[in-house]
Order: sequence, then structure tokens, then C-alpha cells
Amino acid sequence: MARTAAATLHEDSTTRIIKLVSYVCLGAFALACLFPFALMISSSFMNEQEILLEGYKLIPNTFSLKAYEMLLNNSSALGKAYGVTIFITVVGTAFGLFMMSMAGYVLNRKDFKYRNFFSFLIYFTTLFSGGLIPTYILMVKYLHMKDSLFALILPTVVAAWSIFLMRNFMKAIPDSLYESATIDGAGDFRIYWQVFMPLAVPSLATIGLFSALGFWNEWYHGMLYIQTPDKYPLQYFLQRMINQTNIQALINQGVVIDAAALPTQSIKMATAVLATGPIILLYPFAQRYFVSGLTIGAVKG
Amino acid sequence: MQVIARLRRSGGNIVREVGKNKILFLMLAPVILYFLLFHYLVMPGAYVAFVDFNISKGIFGSDFIGLQNFEFLVKTGDLWNITKNTLLYNFVFLALGNVIQIVFAVMLAEIAGKWFKKITQSILLLPHFISMVIVGVFAYNMFNFSSGFVNTMLVSLGLDRYEFYSDPGIWKYIIVAFKIWSMTGYGMIVYLAAITGINNDLYEAAYIDGASRWQRIRYMTLPMLKPTFILLLLFGLGGILKGSFDLFYNLIGTNSVLYPQTDIIDTYVFRSLVGQFNFSMGAAVGFYQSVFGLALVLTVNYIVRKIEPDSALF
Repeated sequence: MARTAAATLHEDSTTRIIKLVSYVCLGAFALACLFPFALMISSSFMNEQEILLEGYKLIPNTFSLKAYEMLLNNSSALGKAYGVTIFITVVGTAFGLFMMSMAGYVLNRKDFKYRNFFSFLIYFTTLFSGGLIPTYILMVKYLHMKDSLFALILPTVVAAWSIFLMRNFMKAIPDSLYESATIDGAGDFRIYWQVFMPLAVPSLATIGLFSALGFWNEWYHGMLYIQTPDKYPLQYFLQRMINQTNIQALINQGVVIDAAALPTQSIKMATAVLATGPIILLYPFAQRYFVSGLTIGAVKG
Repeated sequence: MQVIARLRRSGGNIVREVGKNKILFLMLAPVILYFLLFHYLVMPGAYVAFVDFNISKGIFGSDFIGLQNFEFLVKTGDLWNITKNTLLYNFVFLALGNVIQIVFAVMLAEIAGKWFKKITQSILLLPHFISMVIVGVFAYNMFNFSSGFVNTMLVSLGLDRYEFYSDPGIWKYIIVAFKIWSMTGYGMIVYLAAITGINNDLYEAAYIDGASRWQRIRYMTLPMLKPTFILLLLFGLGGILKGSFDLFYNLIGTNSVLYPQTDIIDTYVFRSLVGQFNFSMGAAVGFYQSVFGLALVLTVNYIVRKIEPDSALF
């Protein structure tokens, strides 16, 4: 009896310490995760004069909407970048989902004889790639994609990982449904469209969200292929804006830049806020789809 | 291999098969064509690594120079430097990343507050969905010379401003910090799923036997996470030659002062494309990365199949 009591007592003190340490560590890391966002947002509302004299602050002395006013009034460049990103997100996600769900459906059909061969054909591309340079030469010299919006969509519209995720999701739909639809005389495409698609809505949402997120965050192919500023996707537009001053900051080391009336420093942060905003606003609603995709995808592709 | 052998045996059957399942083949066709065009058609293009590339002559019209590109890369020490950097960074990402993820997953499993749990999980996962361009903005917001937050703090403490963008040494830590920042939530959720999968009866039995909470973590939770840990580590090692181009490029950009300690294979290949237009040299590095990368994945998969056949990739 005495021993048990001692054990319980012992349990209580270690438990308390472990819990306390856990709360503190997790809380601190969560704050560290939020800090850059908070700094970015408050910097975007800062008065330009204050940034130039004292620098970016978490809690500014002044509050100014000037950066946002400037962005909204002279919005043609930013507006176009938004347009490009919305276009590639909608078109890329829709096409990608359609193609990948059909492929997932076919590769899941047990009576489709060559499904292992085609699965391997798709899978092998994740193991070995020709590399950036041959891809670039193909896109520019042979497909003439330089400066085309399709250069932003095509390289990532279909992903091997998503096809297998789609196929694994479809495995959960019972075969008997397929059999009864065949007996009713439905063709292969109709079974896919009218029987499987409605049942696959949660998985379509998961994969669609990942795909849309990828297109929304797209900057890399913009940097590689796009030359006309009007066709820059949002994130690349933002990156150019930030990088230009990185170089300037190096050149004018220690020299205060004559800012005149333009809120150049706060406008950068305001653009970043506008580029991230939709993700942060949608995140609470979309999160559970992301998590289900992550945990399924992590185990096996 | 088996698949190919079986296919060969069935030979002419494929024609009959296509005739029978016309619609299924049509439905699969777009994706297969996509992979043939954007992946398989590109693979022979790796030949550009063995030529003196001339854009007007094209890949296969340029002069063949054998291994000269590779020789040059070895002689200048470039290949060694970028390989070393890529390996070291990835190793730190893997080791430090996994340890932090496991610790946080265990902590999250231990605490009772449901509300706190949910919120923390959401917040930690958020960085995973942010583009690396935004991470570059964060770095600028914090570290730029004239107005960065850190310099604001230094000045307000009466210290001198620090020129982060001309000190290569400090970026190692900034890169690792941002990588950990962005990947912890994701990894933590994977480990948390493994912990949730552990049978609760075991914990109850241990509790009745008088095991303390620390003992339960040390002798039950951690050993049960070992298989997941080993698998993630092995697959991570399989991809150790692949760099996080997004992260490195957005933090370092074209600031050549920082290259010595921050140049990885992927940034080098990219620069040979857009900066120097030295296609063959970049392709040589890319080819080296792909071949050794494939060898690594095959080795890792072989090992995984030996120790845990169910988790092997193929």
C-alpha cells in the first residue's frame, strides 16, 4: 500500500512538471510561428517616416493606411498579378483534378490489366528526372512556352503523388457499386462521372486544395519563363519587389534612402499581406482537408 | 521488372485490351501523355551534360565533349562545395527537424487541454502553407540593414546596426531556423498520428503497474515511435541530394557575398541557367544529382524492404 501511495505521489510531481514544460514549449513555439505574420501586418500599417527613422516595429507608434491606399489606387500592376494568379489557380486546379481523378479511377479498376505498368510509369518520374536544364530547353526551344501563361500551369498541373492519393481514396469505394452500375448498363465514363465522383468529393476537396495552394504560391515558373511584367504571378511580383531593395540596401549600406512621398517600405509589407491574406482567411475552414491529405500521404505515396 | 516481363509475355494482347477498354485507355491518356511529354521526353535531354551546348545547334547537334564538364566542376572545387553544403544542410534539417517534431508530438499527446491542443496544432501547421516568397519577405522584414526589426531592436538598445546581408556565417542559422519553422507542424502531425495509434490499454496497464508519466514516455511512447522515425529518416536520407531551392533562393537570392556557405546543388544549377547561360555545366550538375539521387533512393528502399517490407516504396 505504502509503495502505491509513493508511486502516485511521484507520478503527480513528474506529471505536473512534464505538463508545465509541454505547455511552455508548445506555447513558445506557437508564438514563434505567429511572430513573423504579426510583424508583417503591423509593419504594413506603419507610417513611412517612422520606418525610415526607426525601422520596422511590432508595436508602432503611428498607424497609417497609406500603403494600402497607394496599392488600391495604383492597383493596375498588383491587380494584374492577382488576375494571373487567380486564372492559373482556377484553370490549373480544374484541369488537374479532372485528369488526375480519371487516372486515379482507371488505375483503381481491378479489371484494368495494365494498371501496374502505368502506375510504375507514373511513379518512376518521382525517382528520376531529366533535370531543370533539359526541361527548360524543352519548354522554351521546342514547346515555345516562353512568356506564356501555360508555362505557369503545365509544369505542375498533374502530380504523381496526387494521382496515387486519388487512387487510394477510390479504393475505399466498394466494388459492388461499380458492379451494379455495369449491370444497369452504364459505360465506364458514366460510372466514373455519376457514381464515383459524387462519392469522392472529400478526396477531391483535399487534392484540389493542395493543387490550388500550389498554384496560389507559384513564383518559380514565373521567374523561369515569364518576361512581360503584366503576366507575373502574384508571388513573383512580390518577390521582385522585395529583392530590388535587397540589392539597394546593400549598395546604399548605411545611407538613408530618400523616400520622398512614396511609402516604399510599408508598401512591400502591405503587398505581402494582400498576397497571403486569402490563405490565412481560408485556412481555418480548409485545415481539416489538408490534415487528412497529410496523414494519408505521409504513410505511403 | 516483373511488370515489364509480364507485359512482354502478353505481347499482342495489348491491342485486344485497348479495343476492349477503349474508354478506360482514353480516360488515362491525358495523364500518361503528360508524363511522357514533360518527364520521359526530357530524360534523354540529360545528354546536354556531355556536350558543349550551343542553343542554335540544339541538344543533339552540339559537339560531344564527354566528361569535360564534370572534370571542370571537380577541378574548380564547385562540385565538392555544393555537394557538401547540400548534404550538411539536409542532414541538419533531418536530424534537428525530426527530434523537435518527436518532442513536440509527445508533448502535445501529454497535455490535457483540448482547446489548447487544437489551437497549437493549427498554428504550428500554418507555416507549411505559406509560400517561400513570403518567408523571404519575413527575412527582409527582420534582417534588412536600414529598417529590419532586429536592427530596430539593436538601435533601441543603444547598439550598432548589423549588416546581415553581408555576413555569410549567420545565414546558416537563419536558413535552418526558417526550415524548422516551416516543417515542424507537418512532421509533428505525422508523429502524433503514430502516437494516437498506440493502444490505450497498454498505457492503462502501465499506469496500474505504477509507471510514472516519464517512464511511460521513455519506455513506451518513444520506443513505439522508433519505426516511424527510422522510416522517415531513411526516406529523408534518400532525398538528401535534393535541396530546398524555394527556401534558399528566397532567403539568399542573387546576393553572391553569401554563396560560399549557402550555395546548394539546386541554386547552382539554377544560376548556370539564368545567370551565366552555361547550360551544359548546369546540366552536368543536375545529371550528377539525379543519378546519385536515384542510387540513394534504391539503396534506402532496399534497406527498408529488409527491415520492414510493408513500408517499402516498391
